[in-house]
Amino acid sequence: MLSARVFVTLKKSILDPQGSTIQRALKSMGYPEVDEVRQGKLFELKLGDMEREKAVQLVEEMCTKLLVNPVIEQYTFELLED
Amino acid sequence: MKFGVVVFPGSNCDADCYHAVKDLGHAVEYIWHKDTDLKGSDCIIIPGGFSYGDYLRSGAIARFSPVMDKVIEFANQGGYVIGICNGFQILLECGLLPGAMLRNNHLKFRCADSLLKIENADTPFSNLLEKGQVIQVPVAHGEGNYYIDSEGLKTLEETGRIVFRYSTSDGEITQDANPNGSVHNIAGIVNEAGNVLGMMPHPERCVDELLGGTDGKLIFQSIVARFERG
Repeated sequence: MLSARVFVTLKKSILDPQGSTIQRALKSMGYPEVDEVRQGKLFELKLGDMEREKAVQLVEEMCTKLLVNPVIEQYTFELLED
Repeated sequence: MKFGVVVFPGSNCDADCYHAVKDLGHAVEYIWHKDTDLKGSDCIIIPGGFSYGDYLRSGAIARFSPVMDKVIEFANQGGYVIGICNGFQILLECGLLPGAMLRNNHLKFRCADSLLKIENADTPFSNLLEKGQVIQVPVAHGEGNYYIDSEGLKTLEETGRIVFRYSTSDGEITQDANPNGSVHNIAGIVNEAGNVLGMMPHPERCVDELLGGTDGKLIFQSIVARFERG
């Protein structure tokens, strides 16, 4: 069984006010080491049995069509064997 | 002239839009998002709300509703389309308008009156207004922080496609007048052909003195004026 983990984040060029708020919270809790926080989304997709090549193609298609808004977001993904 | 108001699961300004145009004396019908018949509408209103619960991203799932293919076709043939708030977000997601919406820069849901400076009065949606005029229209959103890359922004600026900008009562474009962090205080834009408008503020919420103002009427009346002029 194949599954995919898709990570979606705002592009580097775009301010992430949620991330900055979390970073300030961490600082105030005593973690001054954290220079930056960027918040994102994780999608876990169960894909069933299929070739890895096919899975890569499908996941890329799903990312471009729905999961990601390319105007503001970027993505990476990994395939896992269960 | 006939208006059609699209209704998605989670739309919540559909009834306001319906009554706004009905009270102006025009024919109007609701169009369920699964319908593929625009019922002979001359202008499609995509209302505000939280279509599909805003899951994934605002407007991201609604754009795949069957009705949207017809709305895109209608828009490409020059039909008038106005997307308000969540309707604007849907128009961005489906590509009828450029750019995207980010979370408000202060992270709060902002429900308040906003002042809008008319930047372009030569559109089907603003022809009864005057360039430089300031009108009052309420906003109510958590994700109205309009973003477009610098090249896209330059195109919008240079081709007069920014119709409304958040401003002070004197028409000054300031940071304080901006309720959400939108780039260049953008509150509403049109597509290249000028027949599709997206705006975050809610004109349907200010069409009667009982609602605290009537400036919103001018936007609906502008559409009618342009339509009747042909």
